[in-house]
Amino acid sequence: MAELAAVVGIGQTKYQTKHKEVSIAGLVRMAAINALDDAGLGWDDIDAVILGKAPDMFEGIVMPELYLTDALGCNGKPMLRVHTAGSVGGSTALVAASYVQSGVFKRVLTVSFEKQSESNAMWALSNAQPFSVHLNAGAGGFFAPIIREYIRRSNAPADAGIKVAMKDRLHGARNPLAHLQMPNITMKEVEESPMLWEPLRFLESCPSSDGACAMVIAHEDLVSQSPKAPAWIRGGAMRSEPTMYAGRDEVNPQAGQDCAKDVYAQAGITNPRKDLDCAEVYVPFSWYEPMWLENLGFADVGKGWELTMEGATSLDENGDIPWNCSGGVLSSNAIGASGMIRFAEAARQVRNDAGDHQVEGARTALGHAYGGGAQFFAMWVVSADKP
Amino acid sequence: MRNVVVVAYEQSEIVRNAGACNEVELIMPIYRKVMEKCGLHSVQDVDFTCSGSCDYQQGAAFSFVMAIDALGAVPPIKESHVEMDAAWAFYEAWLKIQMGQADSAFLYGFGKCSPGELPIVLSQQLDPYYMAPLWVDSIAFAAMQARALLEKGDISEADMAEVVSRSRANAKHNPHAQLKGDFSIEQLLAEPMYESPLRRHDCCPVSDGASAMVIATEEKAKEWGRPYARLTGIDHRIETSVFGARDLTQSVSTKIAGEKAGVGNGKVDVAELYAPFSHQEIILKRALGLDDDTVVNPSGGVLAGNIMMASGLSRIGEVANRIIAGEAQRGVAHATSGPALQQNLVAVLEGAN
Repeated sequence: MAELAAVVGIGQTKYQTKHKEVSIAGLVRMAAINALDDAGLGWDDIDAVILGKAPDMFEGIVMPELYLTDALGCNGKPMLRVHTAGSVGGSTALVAASYVQSGVFKRVLTVSFEKQSESNAMWALSNAQPFSVHLNAGAGGFFAPIIREYIRRSNAPADAGIKVAMKDRLHGARNPLAHLQMPNITMKEVEESPMLWEPLRFLESCPSSDGACAMVIAHEDLVSQSPKAPAWIRGGAMRSEPTMYAGRDEVNPQAGQDCAKDVYAQAGITNPRKDLDCAEVYVPFSWYEPMWLENLGFADVGKGWELTMEGATSLDENGDIPWNCSGGVLSSNAIGASGMIRFAEAARQVRNDAGDHQVEGARTALGHAYGGGAQFFAMWVVSADKP
Repeated sequence: MRNVVVVAYEQSEIVRNAGACNEVELIMPIYRKVMEKCGLHSVQDVDFTCSGSCDYQQGAAFSFVMAIDALGAVPPIKESHVEMDAAWAFYEAWLKIQMGQADSAFLYGFGKCSPGELPIVLSQQLDPYYMAPLWVDSIAFAAMQARALLEKGDISEADMAEVVSRSRANAKHNPHAQLKGDFSIEQLLAEPMYESPLRRHDCCPVSDGASAMVIATEEKAKEWGRPYARLTGIDHRIETSVFGARDLTQSVSTKIAGEKAGVGNGKVDVAELYAPFSHQEIILKRALGLDDDTVVNPSGGVLAGNIMMASGLSRIGEVANRIIAGEAQRGVAHATSGPALQQNLVAVLEGAN
C-alpha cells in the first residue's frame, strides 16, 4: 500500500568536538546543502523538512526547529520535529520517509544534529526530578550494570569489548568525517585506558561530537532526477517499551527483537547475517556490539561475542557481516544525529558511495538506532535493488 | 487517500497547577476514558501511538519517556513522539495510516507548565545567539503583534475584548475550562494594561493537563461500531523566525495550510482556533477566510485554558466531538506553535453522512 521511496541525497558535516566556525543554523545548513548537492537538487525541489534532535536541553534551545526554519529553507513549507531519545535520528528518517511513502509529498529533506559543545549533555541528563530516582552517572553509568549482566550470562571473554573499541576506531580511520581518527589503535591501548564505569573503559565509550546529517528522500517517480544511485527503502520499523515493567530484560530488550523482526519481514530478510551485506548499528559503548548481534538475530543468544572475536564484523579482517564500517557511534557521537548517521551510512553502502569504508558489492544494509535506557528502537533496511 | 476519522477525544481538567501529579498520572485517566469510548482495552488494540510534549515545560530531559509507562506498552508498541503540540502527532499518525502501516492510532499530548515561568521559558525558543539572550518573552512578542494590528487600524481594543468576553462566556459550558464567566466588553476594557496593548485577560492562562484521542480508518471505526467525525483535509506550514521579515498582522502559513486543507470548500459551522492571545483569533479568522456564520471557539478556546503541547490536539478533538454530537456538520481545527503564530496546522472535519 505504501508508495516506493528512496534516499537520493546524503550530506554530513565533519564530526568533531567543537564546530566553532558555525552557529547551530550554520551546522544544519552545511549538512543540508551537502545532501542537496549530492542529490543534484536545490531548495525549491524540497516539499517539507523533518528535523530530529535529542533533548532540547543539550543546546539549551526550546524547540529549535522554529529558529532553524530559515537555515533549512523551510519558509512556507511544512516542518516537523521528532524526538524519540537517542533513537531520534532513526525515527526522524522514518517519519520523513512516511511523508513520501504516504503519497502526500514527493520529495523531502530530513536533518538531525547535535552541537554538544554549545552546552553540557551530562548536566542535561542529570538534573534531579521530583519523585524519580536521581541518577548522576550519565549514560555509561546507566548501561554498565546491564553490560555486566550480559557478560555474566554469556561468559564472554573480558576483551570482547576491547576488540569492538579497536575495530570501530580502525573503521573510523577509513572515514574522513569520523570524529576520532586513531589509525594505529591497539587492543593494548584500549585496555590501558582508564576504567570509567566497570567494565567500560574510556576508549570503550563514544566521544562527544558536534555534527549534523541530512538526507533527501524522494518518491520513485522523482528518483531518476538525481544523478547518483538511489538507496531504496525496503522496510522501516519502530518499537517502544516502558522503562519499568515486571520481567523487562534490559540485556536483550523485547522492543529491539520485535522491531528487527518487523523490519526484516518487510524487507524479505530471513537470515540477517546472510541476507544483509553490512549493518550500521547504534553501539555507543563497546559491549553493545555483541549484545545487539544477539538482539538483532545475527547470532544466537549468548554467542554474539564470538562473531566479534572471530572478526566477522570487521572490515579489516574481511568479516562476512561488517558492522559500523563508518566507525560507528564509538568514532562520532553527535547524539541527535547518531541514529540518522547509521541510517545514512547504510544507504551510502548500498549506493556504493562509502569511499574507503565501502563494503565491496554491498546491496542490502541495515540502519539501526536505539535510545533512552534501551526502550526505544528504530530501524530501516535499504537496498540497491528496487523492490 | 484513505478516509481517516476521529473516534474519541478526551481532555483532563485544565488547571493552573496539577501539583504532585506526574505525566503518568496526568495521562492515565484520559487514556482510560478514550479507550473505553472506543470499546478498546489498551494501546495493544491500536496499530500506532504518537504523542507531543516539550521537555522545557517540566524542566526535564526526556519528559515523554516515562509517559510510555502509563500505556501498558507490553508487548512493545509502535510508537513515536514529536517535540511539538500533539496536533503534529496527529499529523504523523495520519501519514502512517495513509502509507498503510496502521489502521488506527492513539494520540496524546500533555503539558505541565506550572513548575516554571512559561513566558520566560518560551523566550528560549528564539535565535540562541542574537535573540534568546535578550529574554524577550512570548507575551512581549504577542504585544508587538497586537500593537501592529491596532496601529494599522485592522482591529480595536474593543474587538480584542469581544474575543475574551465570548471565550469566557462559551467556557461556562465547558466543564474542563480554567477561566469562565460573564464579562462585558466595557468591564474588560476597564482592566489595567499588562504588557501594553495586552491586558491580562488578552493572554491565555498558564495551565497543566493532558488530552488524548483515538483515530482510525473509516472501516475500522465501523468495525468498532462507534460514531465518528471524518477528516477531509489537513496541512501544516511554518514561517520565518526572523521577526522583521514577517508581517505580524497576517498569518501566511495559516492561509496556505487552510487552502491546502480545503477550508473554503464548504460552509464552516464551527472553528476551534488555537489563539493564545485575543487578537490572534482575529488574524486566524481572516487567514482562514471565516465569516460571522462560523461559531468560533465554542469550548472557550485556549483563552479559557491552555495546556501547551495538548491544546492543538484538543482543538481537533473539540471540533470532532461537536460533529459527533450532531451540533455541527463541518468544522475547522487549528493548532499553532512558536512565537506570534510562527507555525500553524489546519484540519477540516465533517460529519459521517
